Amino acid sequence: MYAVEVTNLSRRFGEFTAVDNISLKVKTGSIYGFLGPNGSGKSTTIRMLCGLLTPTAGSGTILGLDIAKNTEAIKHKIGYMSQKFSLYDDLTVIENLNFYAGMYSLPRVNGKQRIQEMLALAGLENRQHQLAANLSGGFKQRLALGCAILHNPPILFLDEPTGGVDPKSRRMFWDIIYNLSQQGTTIMVTTHFMDEAEHCDEIGFIYNGKLIATGPPSQLKTALPGTLLEIPNSKPMELLTTIQTKQLPHLDLYPFGAMLHVLVTPDNIQAYTALRAKIIAPSLEDVFVYLVKTHREEDLA
Amino acid sequence: MNRLKALLIKEFIQMRRDRLTFVMMIVFPILQLLVFGFAINTDVKHLPTIVFDQALSQDSRDFQASLAASGYFDFIYTGNNYQQVTDNLQSGRAKVGIIIPPDFSENIKHGHSSTVQVIVDASDSMTASSAISAAQMVGQLKSQEVLLNRLRGYSGKSFDMPYDVRIRPWYNPDFVSAFYMVPGILGIILTMTMVMITSMAIVREQEHGTLEQLIVTPLKTHELILGKIIPYVFVGYAQATVALLVGILVFDLPIKGSLGLLYGLTSLFIIASLSLGVLISTLSKTQMQAMQMSFFIFLPSILLSGFMFPREAMPLVFNWLGNLLPLTFYLQILRGIILKGVGLSVLWTQVLALIVFISVVLTISIIKFQKKIA
Repeated sequence: MYAVEVTNLSRRFGEFTAVDNISLKVKTGSIYGFLGPNGSGKSTTIRMLCGLLTPTAGSGTILGLDIAKNTEAIKHKIGYMSQKFSLYDDLTVIENLNFYAGMYSLPRVNGKQRIQEMLALAGLENRQHQLAANLSGGFKQRLALGCAILHNPPILFLDEPTGGVDPKSRRMFWDIIYNLSQQGTTIMVTTHFMDEAEHCDEIGFIYNGKLIATGPPSQLKTALPGTLLEIPNSKPMELLTTIQTKQLPHLDLYPFGAMLHVLVTPDNIQAYTALRAKIIAPSLEDVFVYLVKTHREEDLA
Repeated sequence: MNRLKALLIKEFIQMRRDRLTFVMMIVFPILQLLVFGFAINTDVKHLPTIVFDQALSQDSRDFQASLAASGYFDFIYTGNNYQQVTDNLQSGRAKVGIIIPPDFSENIKHGHSSTVQVIVDASDSMTASSAISAAQMVGQLKSQEVLLNRLRGYSGKSFDMPYDVRIRPWYNPDFVSAFYMVPGILGIILTMTMVMITSMAIVREQEHGTLEQLIVTPLKTHELILGKIIPYVFVGYAQATVALLVGILVFDLPIKGSLGLLYGLTSLFIIASLSLGVLISTLSKTQMQAMQMSFFIFLPSILLSGFMFPREAMPLVFNWLGNLLPLTFYLQILRGIILKGVGLSVLWTQVLALIVFISVVLTISIIKFQKKIA
């Protein structure tokens, strides 16, 4: 039922607590998105699950295998792709694939076929003999994915897989992820792109090492109290100051691109009609901004 | 097995692609051997010498001729006063100053002792000791000659020297420096390249982020370490072969013992050096640190192993320190097999030492490496 189960997991580096008492469950076959700003502890959590770091406290299982005790057994069942390109620049595309086929001890015939599949998946059939160093960002990333799933792992960990990649390649990459998920692979992906998070079946918001909210994107959006208003304005910061000095009633107020977003209780909506405000459905980013703010206030209190 | 094979293939491809390093690994030993083989000569001869001859007699010229005949002194300068002798030594133009007093011949004739002053530039101790022993030798031979002549004159009979010390320099009768140096340089070259290459190998993977990707695969630590050692055993053998060929072809190095044994035991030394490199690799965080730590090994290897200076002359502590270096044992093996022609019955302690070294260093590396991940 659950491919990944984590209970009270923590990791400290000296005085600094990178991951603070996290508990979560990932359904088999689902895409779980780990969302949070840089340095919030997403990568550290993934690295603990993959056996790259040992947890300071807490426990977890992957497909029923203990992450602290059965690291070697887990390694056969997971695929991992780090945020930094981590294949060999001085090997060609096919040499990199052959190398990882060897690392996972794929049988010869089966391995050859799998490598061909991966080349097709990454669109690299015509670039087999090109050095990995000379590939563009999108190709590199798909090659890295190919190497990570060569052995058909039931669970795939992706640590900010789409950093520094153009939108078209990002699109292609997510198409592959959907396909894998439909074929039954459980995927755990970290990102700070809100649009990518929308693609996930379930999201965990992580902030300062703490998991502050979990749930499907649609459910998280309803967690926002009150009504969200959007005010178009070319100078959102000036408008923000005006609203604050006029002391118009609001729960939250923040610039959002060339807009100003105001969170209000339903009975205060008319206070903003003069500003041509319109009611909008909240995005995940709005939810995240709100959650971070309330979390900070709780921390201070 | 599959994993190790894949790792080896990868290492060989990377090695082949990095042409510059590959060429360096082969050309480097040749150049080093030629330079050091020809340049390093511990037997210091032809020292520039200034002579201030105040006697200007038959005897003084005779004495100078004897000194020159020893081959150690080249009489390049002639001084007319003490100041000139001092100036030449001070400036380094001359390494030896010889001052013959005005009453030199008079004293010899009247059966007194004649004093010759030999001033030696001892700022370079090797030069100084050569000059000192050569001058003493010539002085004694000349004295003997005079004494024997006098005895013969008194008694009318001929005399033999009461003590006849006959010296037989075994293993290198002609004192060819190259015979002594070439095996040593072979050891130094292997130490430098083997330690340096492997010390970089794992750290480089760490710096490039490729190590992280390796760790999430089922690859075992010992497989990784073996994969980093085995390819370079071949490089080490290539270097050793090139070095021996240069030794034989250029320096006429005789190989008295078994070439097979030499090759066999060379593998132990190569593996020992590679293990040391792996240990450095697991201890350092960047390639720069690995490089610095490698140099930390090189200097003691050159100074304490017996390559340059005799280990017998070292204080006990440094003698022990030398025993921690694989090169110390390998030099004994090399000189033993190449110059003396001895076999395992003599060299087994050295072999044992290398095996112990390899086991200890590799065990520490594996333990250290596992801790490094967590």
